[in-house]
Amino acid sequence: MSATMRERFYATAADLVESDERIAMVFADIGVGRLGNAERTHADRVINVGIREQLMIGVASGLALTGFRPIVHSFAPFAVERPFEMLKLDLGHVDVGAIVVSVGASYDTAVYGRTHEAPEDVSLLSALPGWRIYVPGHPAEAELLLRAAARTDERVYLRLSEQSNRLARPITPGRLYIERRGTEATVIAAGPLLDATLEATADMDVTVLYMTTPRPFDADTLHASLAGDLVVLVEPYLAGTSSAEVAAALADIPHRIATIGVPNVEHRKYGTWQDHNAAHGLDARGIRTRILRALSRGA
Amino acid sequence: MTATIPRLGYADLGSLMDLQLGDEKHTRSATSTLDVIWVLYDRILHVSPDRVDDPDRDRFLLSKGHGPMAYYAVLAAKGFIDVDALRTFGRYDSVLGHHPDRNLVAGIEISSGSLGHGLGIAVGMALGLRARHSPARVFCLVGDAELDEGSNHEAIAFAGRAGLDSLVCVAVDNQSSSHGWPGGLAARFALEGWSSTTVDGRDHDLLERAFNAEHRGRPLAIVAVVESKG
Repeated sequence: MSATMRERFYATAADLVESDERIAMVFADIGVGRLGNAERTHADRVINVGIREQLMIGVASGLALTGFRPIVHSFAPFAVERPFEMLKLDLGHVDVGAIVVSVGASYDTAVYGRTHEAPEDVSLLSALPGWRIYVPGHPAEAELLLRAAARTDERVYLRLSEQSNRLARPITPGRLYIERRGTEATVIAAGPLLDATLEATADMDVTVLYMTTPRPFDADTLHASLAGDLVVLVEPYLAGTSSAEVAAALADIPHRIATIGVPNVEHRKYGTWQDHNAAHGLDARGIRTRILRALSRGA
Repeated sequence: MTATIPRLGYADLGSLMDLQLGDEKHTRSATSTLDVIWVLYDRILHVSPDRVDDPDRDRFLLSKGHGPMAYYAVLAAKGFIDVDALRTFGRYDSVLGHHPDRNLVAGIEISSGSLGHGLGIAVGMALGLRARHSPARVFCLVGDAELDEGSNHEAIAFAGRAGLDSLVCVAVDNQSSSHGWPGGLAARFALEGWSSTTVDGRDHDLLERAFNAEHRGRPLAIVAVVESKG
Protein backbone atom coordinates (compact mmCIF):
# COMPACT_ATOMS: atom_id res chain seq x y z
CA MET A 1 0.00 0.00 0.00
CA SER A 2 0.99 3.60 -0.50
CA ALA A 3 3.50 4.98 1.96
CA THR A 4 2.02 8.39 2.53
CA MET A 5 -1.45 9.74 3.13
CA ARG A 6 -1.26 11.57 -0.16
CA GLU A 7 -0.37 8.45 -2.14
CA ARG A 8 -3.05 6.50 -0.34
CA PHE A 9 -5.55 9.23 -1.21
CA TYR A 10 -4.78 9.06 -4.92
CA ALA A 11 -5.06 5.28 -4.96
CA THR A 12 -8.33 5.35 -3.07
CA ALA A 13 -9.77 8.14 -5.21
CA ALA A 14 -8.90 6.18 -8.34
CA ASP A 15 -10.70 3.16 -6.96
CA LEU A 16 -13.73 5.22 -6.02
CA VAL A 17 -13.91 6.74 -9.51
CA GLU A 18 -13.71 3.27 -11.03
CA SER A 19 -16.22 1.65 -8.71
CA ASP A 20 -18.80 4.38 -8.08
CA GLU A 21 -20.25 6.31 -11.01
CA ARG A 22 -21.44 9.04 -8.62
CA ILE A 23 -17.88 10.03 -7.82
CA ALA A 24 -16.44 12.98 -9.73
CA MET A 25 -12.91 14.27 -9.20
CA VAL A 26 -12.11 17.93 -9.68
CA PHE A 27 -8.47 18.98 -9.81
CA ALA A 28 -6.92 22.42 -10.04
CA ASP A 29 -3.69 21.06 -11.54
CA ILE A 30 -2.40 19.68 -8.22
CA GLY A 31 -2.63 15.89 -8.39
CA VAL A 32 -3.36 15.62 -12.09
CA GLY A 33 -2.03 12.35 -13.47
CA ARG A 34 -1.98 10.63 -10.11
CA LEU A 35 -5.20 8.66 -10.64
CA GLY A 36 -3.74 6.66 -13.51
CA ASN A 37 -6.17 4.83 -15.75
CA ALA A 38 -9.18 6.24 -13.94
CA GLU A 39 -8.42 9.64 -15.41
CA ARG A 40 -8.42 8.30 -18.95
CA THR A 41 -11.28 5.86 -18.58
CA HIS A 42 -13.58 8.34 -16.85
CA ALA A 43 -12.44 11.61 -18.34
CA ASP A 44 -16.00 12.91 -18.21
CA ARG A 45 -15.91 12.99 -14.42
CA VAL A 46 -12.23 13.35 -13.67
CA ILE A 47 -11.84 17.02 -14.46
CA ASN A 48 -8.91 19.37 -14.27
CA VAL A 49 -9.99 23.00 -14.36
CA GLY A 50 -6.44 24.29 -14.32
CA ILE A 51 -5.09 26.62 -11.67
CA ARG A 52 -8.57 27.99 -10.97
CA GLU A 53 -9.48 27.15 -7.41
CA GLN A 54 -12.60 29.32 -7.23
CA LEU A 55 -13.88 27.49 -10.27
CA MET A 56 -12.88 24.17 -8.73
CA ILE A 57 -15.40 24.70 -5.94
CA GLY A 58 -18.07 26.14 -8.22
CA VAL A 59 -17.72 23.16 -10.54
CA ALA A 60 -18.04 20.84 -7.56
CA SER A 61 -21.29 22.58 -6.65
CA GLY A 62 -22.64 22.19 -10.16
CA LEU A 63 -21.64 18.55 -10.27
CA ALA A 64 -23.36 17.93 -6.94
CA LEU A 65 -26.47 19.68 -8.26
CA THR A 66 -26.53 17.21 -11.13
CA GLY A 67 -26.25 14.16 -8.91
CA PHE A 68 -22.52 13.60 -8.50
CA ARG A 69 -20.42 13.22 -5.38
CA PRO A 70 -17.48 15.55 -6.09
CA ILE A 71 -14.03 15.26 -4.57
CA VAL A 72 -11.88 18.36 -4.95
CA HIS A 73 -8.22 18.50 -4.15
CA SER A 74 -5.35 20.92 -3.75
CA PHE A 75 -2.90 22.25 -1.22
CA ALA A 76 -4.68 23.51 1.87
CA PRO A 77 -4.22 27.23 1.16
CA PHE A 78 -5.71 26.81 -2.30
CA ALA A 79 -8.45 24.39 -1.33
CA VAL A 80 -9.69 26.36 1.68
CA GLU A 81 -8.40 29.90 1.85
CA ARG A 82 -8.46 31.17 -1.71
CA PRO A 83 -11.96 29.86 -2.53
CA PHE A 84 -13.38 30.35 0.95
CA GLU A 85 -16.45 32.26 -0.21
CA MET A 86 -17.18 29.51 -2.72
CA LEU A 87 -17.05 26.96 0.08
CA LYS A 88 -19.42 29.12 2.08
CA LEU A 89 -21.89 29.88 -0.70
CA ASP A 90 -21.53 27.47 -3.64
CA LEU A 91 -21.54 24.50 -1.28
CA GLY A 92 -22.93 25.72 2.04
CA HIS A 93 -25.61 28.22 1.07
CA VAL A 94 -26.60 26.31 -2.05
CA ASP A 95 -26.66 23.34 0.33
CA VAL A 96 -24.87 20.60 -1.56
CA GLY A 97 -22.05 18.34 -0.51
CA ALA A 98 -18.50 17.77 -1.61
CA ILE A 99 -15.32 16.27 -0.24
CA VAL A 100 -12.44 18.73 -0.03
CA VAL A 101 -9.14 16.89 0.31
CA SER A 102 -6.08 18.96 1.10
CA VAL A 103 -2.40 18.20 1.30
CA GLY A 104 0.29 20.35 2.83
CA ALA A 105 -1.32 20.67 6.27
CA SER A 106 0.09 23.45 8.44
CA TYR A 107 3.61 23.53 7.02
CA ASP A 108 4.47 20.34 5.14
CA THR A 109 6.00 22.46 2.40
CA ALA A 110 7.50 25.01 4.73
CA VAL A 111 10.41 25.42 2.37
CA TYR A 112 8.07 27.59 0.28
CA GLY A 113 7.23 29.74 3.26
CA ARG A 114 3.95 31.23 4.35
CA THR A 115 2.25 31.05 0.94
CA HIS A 116 1.94 27.29 1.21
CA GLU A 117 1.15 27.05 4.91
CA ALA A 118 -2.37 26.74 6.27
CA PRO A 119 -2.46 26.19 10.03
CA GLU A 120 -5.75 28.10 10.07
CA ASP A 121 -7.67 25.77 7.74
CA VAL A 122 -9.55 23.85 10.43
CA SER A 123 -10.51 27.05 12.22
CA LEU A 124 -11.81 28.57 9.01
CA LEU A 125 -13.98 25.61 8.11
CA SER A 126 -15.12 25.30 11.70
CA ALA A 127 -16.63 28.75 11.29
CA LEU A 128 -18.96 27.46 8.58
CA PRO A 129 -21.99 25.38 9.51
CA GLY A 130 -22.44 21.81 8.43
CA TRP A 131 -18.86 20.79 7.75
CA ARG A 132 -17.42 17.47 8.86
CA ILE A 133 -13.67 17.75 9.35
CA TYR A 134 -11.37 14.74 9.31
CA VAL A 135 -7.71 14.83 10.39
CA PRO A 136 -6.30 11.34 9.92
CA GLY A 137 -3.04 10.32 11.53
CA HIS A 138 -2.17 7.43 9.25
CA PRO A 139 -2.63 6.57 5.56
CA ALA A 140 -5.00 3.73 6.40
CA GLU A 141 -7.14 6.13 8.40
CA ALA A 142 -7.11 8.57 5.49
CA GLU A 143 -8.51 5.86 3.25
CA LEU A 144 -11.13 4.83 5.79
CA LEU A 145 -12.28 8.41 6.26
CA LEU A 146 -12.35 9.13 2.53
CA ARG A 147 -14.46 6.06 1.86
CA ALA A 148 -16.80 7.01 4.71
CA ALA A 149 -17.16 10.49 3.25
CA ALA A 150 -17.84 9.11 -0.22
CA ARG A 151 -20.86 7.22 1.10
CA THR A 152 -22.56 10.42 2.26
CA ASP A 153 -23.63 13.69 0.69
CA GLU A 154 -22.10 15.81 3.44
CA ARG A 155 -19.64 18.65 3.17
CA VAL A 156 -16.41 17.03 4.29
CA TYR A 157 -12.89 18.35 4.71
CA LEU A 158 -10.15 15.72 4.77
CA ARG A 159 -6.83 17.13 5.91
CA LEU A 160 -3.84 15.05 4.87
CA SER A 161 -0.33 15.52 6.17
CA GLU A 162 3.15 14.19 5.61
CA GLN A 163 3.52 13.52 9.30
CA SER A 164 2.00 10.21 10.22
CA ASN A 165 1.73 7.94 13.23
CA ARG A 166 3.52 4.61 13.07
CA LEU A 167 0.34 2.57 13.44
CA ALA A 168 -3.24 3.13 12.39
CA ARG A 169 -5.92 2.93 15.04
CA PRO A 170 -9.31 1.23 14.68
CA ILE A 171 -11.06 4.58 14.50
CA THR A 172 -14.74 5.24 13.95
CA PRO A 173 -15.54 8.38 11.95
CA GLY A 174 -17.01 11.00 14.22
CA ARG A 175 -15.76 9.46 17.45
CA LEU A 176 -12.81 9.98 19.75
CA TYR A 177 -10.75 6.83 20.15
CA ILE A 178 -9.71 6.00 23.71
CA GLU A 179 -6.01 5.28 23.37
CA ARG A 180 -5.16 5.03 27.05
CA ARG A 181 -6.88 5.58 30.38
CA GLY A 182 -5.42 7.47 33.34
CA THR A 183 -6.64 9.57 36.25
CA GLU A 184 -4.81 12.91 36.46
CA ALA A 185 -5.75 14.60 33.19
CA THR A 186 -7.26 14.09 29.75
CA VAL A 187 -5.07 14.66 26.72
CA ILE A 188 -6.72 14.92 23.30
CA ALA A 189 -4.25 14.30 20.49
CA ALA A 190 -5.36 15.15 16.98
CA GLY A 191 -4.30 13.17 13.91
CA PRO A 192 -0.58 12.92 13.27
CA LEU A 193 0.41 14.22 16.71
CA LEU A 194 -0.67 11.05 18.50
CA ASP A 195 2.72 9.36 18.48
CA ALA A 196 4.50 12.43 19.83
CA THR A 197 1.81 12.82 22.47
CA LEU A 198 2.13 9.20 23.58
CA GLU A 199 5.88 9.54 23.80
CA ALA A 200 5.51 12.75 25.78
CA THR A 201 3.08 11.22 28.27
CA ALA A 202 4.56 7.73 28.52
CA ASP A 203 5.19 8.02 32.26
CA MET A 204 2.15 10.14 33.09
CA ASP A 205 -1.11 8.91 34.59
CA VAL A 206 -3.34 10.54 31.98
CA THR A 207 -6.11 9.50 29.65
CA VAL A 208 -5.21 9.95 25.99
CA LEU A 209 -8.02 10.40 23.50
CA TYR A 210 -7.22 10.25 19.80
CA MET A 211 -9.15 12.70 17.65
CA THR A 212 -9.52 12.23 13.89
CA THR A 213 -12.85 14.08 13.62
CA PRO A 214 -12.48 17.56 15.11
CA ARG A 215 -15.92 18.52 13.72
CA PRO A 216 -18.47 17.66 14.74
CA PHE A 217 -16.64 17.23 18.00
CA ASP A 218 -17.36 14.03 19.92
CA ALA A 219 -18.59 15.64 23.13
CA ASP A 220 -20.15 12.43 24.43
CA THR A 221 -16.93 10.43 24.53
CA LEU A 222 -15.00 13.27 26.14
CA HIS A 223 -17.68 13.75 28.76
CA ALA A 224 -17.86 10.04 29.53
CA SER A 225 -14.12 9.41 29.67
CA LEU A 226 -12.93 12.56 31.38
CA ALA A 227 -10.03 12.07 33.81
CA GLY A 228 -9.02 14.82 36.22
CA ASP A 229 -9.96 18.46 35.78
CA LEU A 230 -7.38 19.28 33.11
CA VAL A 231 -7.99 18.82 29.40
CA VAL A 232 -4.98 19.26 27.14
CA LEU A 233 -5.65 19.78 23.45
CA VAL A 234 -2.77 18.80 21.17
CA GLU A 235 -3.63 19.88 17.64
CA PRO A 236 -1.41 20.17 14.54
CA TYR A 237 -3.13 23.36 13.41
CA LEU A 238 -3.85 26.62 15.26
CA ALA A 239 -3.56 26.21 19.02
CA GLY A 240 -6.95 26.20 20.70
CA THR A 241 -8.93 25.41 17.56
CA SER A 242 -11.11 22.99 19.51
CA SER A 243 -11.18 24.85 22.84
CA ALA A 244 -14.75 26.03 22.45
CA GLU A 245 -15.87 22.52 21.61
CA VAL A 246 -14.24 21.14 24.74
CA ALA A 247 -15.72 23.91 26.87
CA ALA A 248 -19.18 23.24 25.48
CA ALA A 249 -18.81 19.50 26.02
CA LEU A 250 -17.85 20.04 29.67
CA ALA A 251 -20.15 22.94 30.45
CA ASP A 252 -21.50 21.08 33.47
CA ILE A 253 -18.10 20.02 34.83
CA PRO A 254 -15.47 22.36 36.34
CA HIS A 255 -12.35 21.96 34.22
CA ARG A 256 -9.25 23.66 32.87
CA ILE A 257 -8.08 23.67 29.25
CA ALA A 258 -4.50 23.84 28.03
CA THR A 259 -3.91 24.21 24.31
CA ILE A 260 -0.92 23.03 22.34
CA GLY A 261 -0.78 23.80 18.65
CA VAL A 262 0.57 26.14 16.03
CA PRO A 263 0.80 29.74 17.29
CA ASN A 264 -1.21 32.33 15.41
CA VAL A 265 1.67 34.48 14.23
CA GLU A 266 3.01 35.49 10.84
CA HIS A 267 5.39 32.65 10.04
CA ARG A 268 8.61 33.63 8.30
CA LYS A 269 10.71 30.49 8.66
CA TYR A 270 11.42 27.89 5.99
CA GLY A 271 12.86 24.41 6.54
CA THR A 272 10.81 21.29 7.19
CA TRP A 273 7.69 20.38 9.11
CA GLN A 274 9.98 18.74 11.66
CA ASP A 275 11.77 22.06 12.14
CA HIS A 276 8.46 23.81 12.69
CA ASN A 277 7.13 21.17 15.06
CA ALA A 278 10.23 21.59 17.18
CA ALA A 279 10.03 25.38 17.06
CA HIS A 280 6.37 25.40 18.08
CA GLY A 281 6.71 22.77 20.79
CA LEU A 282 4.85 20.15 18.80
CA ASP A 283 7.46 17.41 19.09
CA ALA A 284 7.41 14.97 22.02
CA ARG A 285 9.75 17.11 24.07
CA GLY A 286 7.74 20.27 23.61
CA ILE A 287 4.42 18.56 24.24
CA ARG A 288 5.78 16.98 27.42
CA THR A 289 7.03 20.30 28.73
CA ARG A 290 3.69 21.98 28.15
CA ILE A 291 1.66 19.18 29.70
CA LEU A 292 3.87 19.03 32.81
CA ARG A 293 3.56 22.79 33.16
CA ALA A 294 -0.23 22.59 32.90
CA LEU A 295 -0.37 19.78 35.43
CA SER A 296 1.82 21.65 37.90
CA ARG A 297 -0.39 24.73 37.71
CA GLY A 298 -3.32 22.69 38.93
CA ALA A 299 -1.45 21.14 41.82
CA MET B 1 -41.16 26.38 -23.28
CA THR B 2 -42.99 23.12 -22.89
CA ALA B 3 -45.62 21.79 -20.58
CA THR B 4 -46.06 25.08 -18.74
CA ILE B 5 -49.52 26.57 -18.50
CA PRO B 6 -48.96 30.30 -18.72
CA ARG B 7 -50.99 32.15 -16.15
CA LEU B 8 -50.01 35.68 -16.88
CA GLY B 9 -48.33 37.42 -19.76
CA TYR B 10 -45.52 39.83 -20.36
CA ALA B 11 -47.87 42.78 -19.91
CA ASP B 12 -48.50 41.70 -16.34
CA LEU B 13 -44.86 41.69 -15.27
CA GLY B 14 -44.77 45.36 -14.37
CA SER B 15 -47.59 45.02 -11.89
CA LEU B 16 -46.02 41.84 -10.50
CA MET B 17 -42.79 43.70 -9.93
CA ASP B 18 -44.67 46.53 -8.27
CA LEU B 19 -45.89 44.11 -5.62
CA GLN B 20 -42.31 43.68 -4.43
CA LEU B 21 -41.45 46.65 -2.27
CA GLY B 22 -38.35 47.52 -0.32
CA ASP B 23 -35.46 47.13 -2.75
CA GLU B 24 -35.88 50.23 -4.82
CA LYS B 25 -32.11 50.64 -4.93
CA HIS B 26 -31.96 47.67 -7.29
CA THR B 27 -35.04 48.49 -9.35
CA ARG B 28 -33.01 49.42 -12.42
CA SER B 29 -30.92 46.31 -12.00
CA ALA B 30 -34.07 44.22 -11.86
CA THR B 31 -35.62 45.96 -14.82
CA SER B 32 -32.53 45.37 -16.93
CA THR B 33 -33.01 41.61 -16.80
CA LEU B 34 -36.76 41.54 -17.33
CA ASP B 35 -36.95 40.83 -21.05
CA VAL B 36 -34.16 38.29 -21.08
CA ILE B 37 -35.71 36.28 -18.27
CA TRP B 38 -39.16 36.50 -19.81
CA VAL B 39 -37.97 35.25 -23.20
CA LEU B 40 -36.12 32.41 -21.54
CA TYR B 41 -39.10 31.18 -19.54
CA ASP B 42 -41.65 31.95 -22.27
CA ARG B 43 -39.86 30.63 -25.32
CA ILE B 44 -36.64 28.77 -24.55
CA LEU B 45 -36.40 26.81 -21.33
CA HIS B 46 -37.67 23.25 -21.11
CA VAL B 47 -38.85 23.53 -17.54
CA SER B 48 -42.16 23.97 -15.80
CA PRO B 49 -43.54 24.01 -12.25
CA ASP B 50 -44.43 20.34 -12.45
CA ARG B 51 -40.91 19.21 -13.43
CA VAL B 52 -38.60 21.22 -11.22
CA ASP B 53 -36.91 17.97 -10.14
CA ASP B 54 -36.67 16.46 -13.61
CA PRO B 55 -32.97 15.67 -14.09
CA ASP B 56 -33.30 16.56 -17.77
CA ARG B 57 -34.90 19.96 -17.25
CA ASP B 58 -33.14 23.03 -18.51
CA ARG B 59 -31.54 25.09 -15.75
CA PHE B 60 -31.67 28.85 -15.37
CA LEU B 61 -29.17 30.39 -12.95
CA LEU B 62 -29.57 34.00 -11.93
CA SER B 63 -25.95 34.60 -11.06
CA LYS B 64 -26.55 38.30 -10.70
CA GLY B 65 -28.85 37.80 -7.77
CA HIS B 66 -29.20 41.51 -7.14
CA GLY B 67 -32.63 42.88 -7.85
CA PRO B 68 -34.50 39.61 -8.40
CA MET B 69 -37.88 41.34 -8.71
CA ALA B 70 -38.03 40.63 -12.43
CA TYR B 71 -37.05 37.00 -11.85
CA TYR B 72 -39.72 36.54 -9.21
CA ALA B 73 -42.28 38.27 -11.41
CA VAL B 74 -41.58 35.87 -14.27
CA LEU B 75 -41.64 32.88 -11.94
CA ALA B 76 -45.00 34.04 -10.62
CA ALA B 77 -46.35 34.61 -14.10
CA LYS B 78 -45.32 31.10 -15.07
CA GLY B 79 -46.75 29.44 -12.00
CA PHE B 80 -43.58 28.58 -10.10
CA ILE B 81 -44.50 30.79 -7.15
CA ASP B 82 -47.73 32.27 -5.87
CA VAL B 83 -48.44 35.84 -6.82
CA ASP B 84 -49.35 36.55 -3.21
CA ALA B 85 -45.84 35.58 -2.14
CA LEU B 86 -44.53 38.61 -4.03
CA ARG B 87 -46.13 40.87 -1.43
CA THR B 88 -43.89 39.32 1.24
CA PHE B 89 -40.69 40.26 -0.62
CA GLY B 90 -37.82 40.74 1.80
CA ARG B 91 -39.74 40.07 4.99
CA TYR B 92 -38.15 37.99 7.73
CA ASP B 93 -40.18 34.88 7.05
CA SER B 94 -40.61 35.32 3.31
CA VAL B 95 -39.30 32.77 0.83
CA LEU B 96 -38.48 35.65 -1.50
CA GLY B 97 -35.45 37.56 -0.30
CA HIS B 98 -33.63 40.35 -2.03
CA HIS B 99 -31.29 37.61 -3.12
CA PRO B 100 -32.81 34.26 -4.15
CA ASP B 101 -32.39 31.03 -2.16
CA ARG B 102 -32.91 27.72 -3.92
CA ASN B 103 -33.70 26.04 -0.64
CA LEU B 104 -36.78 28.18 -0.13
CA VAL B 105 -38.38 28.08 -3.58
CA ALA B 106 -38.78 25.03 -5.79
CA GLY B 107 -37.67 26.02 -9.26
CA ILE B 108 -34.90 28.38 -8.22
CA GLU B 109 -31.74 26.53 -9.14
CA ILE B 110 -29.09 28.29 -7.03
CA SER B 111 -28.80 30.64 -4.10
CA SER B 112 -27.14 33.77 -5.41
CA GLY B 113 -26.50 37.41 -4.75
CA SER B 114 -22.78 37.55 -4.17
CA LEU B 115 -21.40 38.33 -7.60
CA GLY B 116 -19.22 35.94 -9.53
CA HIS B 117 -20.56 32.59 -8.35
CA GLY B 118 -23.20 31.49 -10.82
CA LEU B 119 -21.08 30.91 -13.88
CA GLY B 120 -18.70 28.54 -12.09
CA ILE B 121 -21.63 26.52 -10.81
CA ALA B 122 -23.14 26.56 -14.30
CA VAL B 123 -19.92 25.12 -15.70
CA GLY B 124 -20.11 22.31 -13.17
CA MET B 125 -23.73 21.66 -14.05
CA ALA B 126 -22.91 21.53 -17.75
CA LEU B 127 -20.08 19.09 -17.04
CA GLY B 128 -22.38 16.94 -14.93
CA LEU B 129 -25.14 16.92 -17.53
CA ARG B 130 -22.64 16.05 -20.24
CA ALA B 131 -21.33 13.15 -18.19
CA ARG B 132 -24.90 11.92 -17.81
CA HIS B 133 -25.60 12.35 -21.53
CA SER B 134 -28.51 14.59 -20.64
CA PRO B 135 -30.08 16.83 -23.30
CA ALA B 136 -30.58 19.56 -20.71
CA ARG B 137 -29.02 22.99 -21.16
CA VAL B 138 -27.75 25.48 -18.60
CA PHE B 139 -28.48 29.19 -18.94
CA CYS B 140 -26.63 31.57 -16.66
CA LEU B 141 -27.45 35.27 -16.43
CA VAL B 142 -24.65 37.62 -15.40
CA GLY B 143 -24.36 41.38 -15.44
CA ASP B 144 -21.67 43.37 -17.23
CA ALA B 145 -20.46 44.75 -13.89
CA GLU B 146 -20.58 41.31 -12.35
CA LEU B 147 -18.02 40.25 -14.93
CA ASP B 148 -15.52 42.46 -13.09
CA GLU B 149 -15.26 39.57 -10.62
CA GLY B 150 -12.25 37.45 -11.52
CA SER B 151 -13.99 34.19 -10.76
CA ASN B 152 -16.07 34.64 -13.90
CA HIS B 153 -12.96 34.61 -16.01
CA GLU B 154 -11.86 31.31 -14.54
CA ALA B 155 -15.21 29.95 -15.71
CA ILE B 156 -15.18 31.66 -19.10
CA ALA B 157 -11.70 30.41 -19.93
CA PHE B 158 -12.33 26.84 -18.84
CA ALA B 159 -15.77 26.51 -20.44
CA GLY B 160 -14.32 27.50 -23.78
CA ARG B 161 -11.52 24.95 -23.54
CA ALA B 162 -13.96 22.26 -22.43
CA GLY B 163 -16.30 22.94 -25.36
CA LEU B 164 -19.37 23.04 -23.14
CA ASP B 165 -22.03 23.50 -25.80
CA SER B 166 -24.89 22.92 -23.35
CA LEU B 167 -23.88 26.12 -21.58
CA VAL B 168 -25.30 29.53 -22.42
CA CYS B 169 -24.18 32.68 -20.63
CA VAL B 170 -26.33 35.74 -21.16
CA ALA B 171 -24.63 38.92 -20.05
CA VAL B 172 -27.09 41.73 -19.50
CA ASP B 173 -25.13 44.84 -20.38
CA ASN B 174 -26.43 48.04 -18.88
CA GLN B 175 -22.97 49.59 -18.98
CA SER B 176 -22.56 49.53 -15.23
CA SER B 177 -19.05 48.08 -15.10
CA SER B 178 -16.85 50.73 -13.52
CA HIS B 179 -14.07 50.37 -16.07
CA GLY B 180 -16.00 48.96 -19.01
CA TRP B 181 -14.99 46.27 -21.47
CA PRO B 182 -12.79 47.61 -24.27
CA GLY B 183 -13.62 45.77 -27.47
CA GLY B 184 -16.95 44.70 -26.08
CA LEU B 185 -18.04 41.83 -23.92
CA ALA B 186 -18.72 39.50 -26.83
CA ALA B 187 -15.08 39.73 -27.89
CA ARG B 188 -14.00 38.71 -24.39
CA PHE B 189 -15.99 35.49 -24.64
CA ALA B 190 -14.99 34.84 -28.26
CA LEU B 191 -11.33 35.06 -27.32
CA GLU B 192 -11.86 32.10 -25.01
CA GLY B 193 -13.53 29.95 -27.65
CA TRP B 194 -17.16 30.79 -27.09
CA SER B 195 -19.65 31.45 -29.81
CA SER B 196 -20.75 34.97 -28.98
CA THR B 197 -23.16 37.57 -30.21
CA THR B 198 -24.57 40.91 -29.15
CA VAL B 199 -28.27 41.68 -29.35
CA ASP B 200 -30.83 44.20 -28.22
CA GLY B 201 -31.77 43.01 -24.75
CA ARG B 202 -35.30 44.36 -25.16
CA ASP B 203 -36.11 42.69 -28.47
CA HIS B 204 -37.79 39.39 -27.75
CA ASP B 205 -37.50 37.97 -31.25
CA LEU B 206 -33.81 38.80 -31.50
CA LEU B 207 -33.20 37.29 -28.09
CA GLU B 208 -35.07 34.14 -29.08
CA ARG B 209 -33.07 33.86 -32.27
CA ALA B 210 -29.83 34.32 -30.36
CA PHE B 211 -30.73 31.66 -27.81
CA ASN B 212 -31.55 29.21 -30.59
CA ALA B 213 -28.40 29.88 -32.59
CA GLU B 214 -26.22 26.90 -33.51
CA HIS B 215 -23.10 26.64 -31.33
CA ARG B 216 -22.03 23.03 -31.58
CA GLY B 217 -18.87 22.25 -29.66
CA ARG B 218 -18.71 25.68 -28.04
CA PRO B 219 -20.52 27.45 -25.22
CA LEU B 220 -22.70 30.36 -26.25
CA ALA B 221 -22.44 33.91 -24.92
CA ILE B 222 -25.19 36.41 -25.61
CA VAL B 223 -24.58 40.01 -24.69
CA ALA B 224 -28.00 41.54 -24.19
CA VAL B 225 -27.61 45.29 -24.35
CA VAL B 226 -30.16 47.41 -22.50
CA GLU B 227 -30.33 51.07 -21.62
CA SER B 228 -27.48 52.39 -19.53
CA LYS B 229 -27.87 52.22 -15.80
CA GLY B 230 -26.52 55.75 -15.84
